[in-house]
Amino acid sequence: MRRVGAGLVRYAPVLILFVAWEALTASGLVSNVMLPNLSAVGAAFLEMVASGELLTNAARSLWRAAVGLAAAIGIGVTAGILMARYRPFRLVFNPIVQIFYPMPKSALIPVMMIWFGLGDMSKIALIFLGCLLPVVVSSFNGARGVAPALTWSALSLGATPRRVLLDVVLPAASPEILNGIRTAVAFAFILMVSSEFVIAKDGLGFLISSLGDGGVYPAMFAVILTVAVVGFAADRLYGAFARRQLRWREP
Amino acid sequence: MSAATATAAAPGAQPRPRRTLRPGLVGDIAAQTAVLLALAATWEIVTRAGLVHPFLLPRLSDILARIWTDALSGAVFLDLGLTLYRALLGFSIATAIGLPLGVLMARSKAVRWFFDPLISIGFPMPKISFLPIFILWFDIYDTSKIIMITFSCLFPIVSAAYAGTMGVDRWPVWSARSFGATENQILREVVLPMALPQILTGLQIALPVGLITTVVTEMLMGGRGIGGSMISAGRFADSVGVFAGIVEVAVLGFVVIRLLVMLRARLLSWHAEARA
Repeated sequence: MRRVGAGLVRYAPVLILFVAWEALTASGLVSNVMLPNLSAVGAAFLEMVASGELLTNAARSLWRAAVGLAAAIGIGVTAGILMARYRPFRLVFNPIVQIFYPMPKSALIPVMMIWFGLGDMSKIALIFLGCLLPVVVSSFNGARGVAPALTWSALSLGATPRRVLLDVVLPAASPEILNGIRTAVAFAFILMVSSEFVIAKDGLGFLISSLGDGGVYPAMFAVILTVAVVGFAADRLYGAFARRQLRWREP
Repeated sequence: MSAATATAAAPGAQPRPRRTLRPGLVGDIAAQTAVLLALAATWEIVTRAGLVHPFLLPRLSDILARIWTDALSGAVFLDLGLTLYRALLGFSIATAIGLPLGVLMARSKAVRWFFDPLISIGFPMPKISFLPIFILWFDIYDTSKIIMITFSCLFPIVSAAYAGTMGVDRWPVWSARSFGATENQILREVVLPMALPQILTGLQIALPVGLITTVVTEMLMGGRGIGGSMISAGRFADSVGVFAGIVEVAVLGFVVIRLLVMLRARLLSWHAEARA
């Protein structure tokens, strides 16, 4: 009960914001077109949930984000660790990473459109490319920072290089890797929404822009808030997962 | 809060090896340059040999030629200039709001109570999804783009300034106070310099986000600017134009982010991380 009370005090400002929103629309200071009242937004949300429109589009979007992100994590962690452990890998991939890291990934949207058309693949490829570099860089930094004494001891105890990579380097680098993946999760959401704004036939971003074009603003606000809540929830869930993975560490 | 502090403190925490010009380093640089040149050569050869459809991947030389003619006509500078102007203006407004807000949050309980939950909820949200709302409120011209960019950059800056100021060691503050420094002096001479590494890290996170957002807003709203030019090139199936835009944006991002790294090195030349 006390925890609920504490949470209420902590998140009271969010409530205040919503109350101010409702008051602003009720007072008639702002037109309902510019800012639909909360009850209309809520009603639109329920209606879209009931019709399945929201869930099918959300499923498409999240599927794209998940596939792109998973591929980026798999390839990125491997590449980052190999770059840190083997000089030839580093020499080949480091310049490529250096060049592409600072590039705003959203600029790739038109190229993805040229290469993969309007379907799922263009979004997945964009999310993959956008999430790849933070994962590569964090894995690289994490694996480089592993104390040599750890790998030497493992080797001297007869571990094969493969076992050293999997049982020593990967766990020792995992705090930084998990941090990089957190950045990648945020990027996945940004790129998912942006690419669906620009090129898509379905998905949450497409839903937002088509509702906006149609002037159905309460529904548009409802989808935007849904995306915001999903992005927030994904980050919190990931944070809990990362903390769980790092339980073995001394605080 | 603790998670944010731990993340942002990480770069300074581990001492990096001292950097000297090892004999191997020159070889490394040569090898890496060679990799890039080989990549460019492969691109040119593969496209010249006709192995890839020129629409999917135009020749590198065609792309460079396009950039050259656009540079002569000034179109490149107009596009890059507009994109840079929007990105930097949004970023600067976000800094001007975010730094004081973050510092205030660390120093005043009431401000912290109000903004801490809003920032921690807003930080992980994909801010770009709010773009249609800004278009609805501020129309499709520069105002809504710049507000969108400011909004995206704001959260990393506020939370870095907040975490940085909160995490300042109490001892130097107490010693300054016991020497008779005013609160104002303590803020300017002790707290802000000590929080500076983390504040700069926040800016270094915000700037790429700002660039991504700038390009997306330009793509969605059209008009001049790199994003708008690329999307219209895409609509006219002008793939050379699209790729030229990518090269230009990549150069822009590289230069802007490098400049911030150099600014960091300069501002923190007194700090332990500069000797690393």
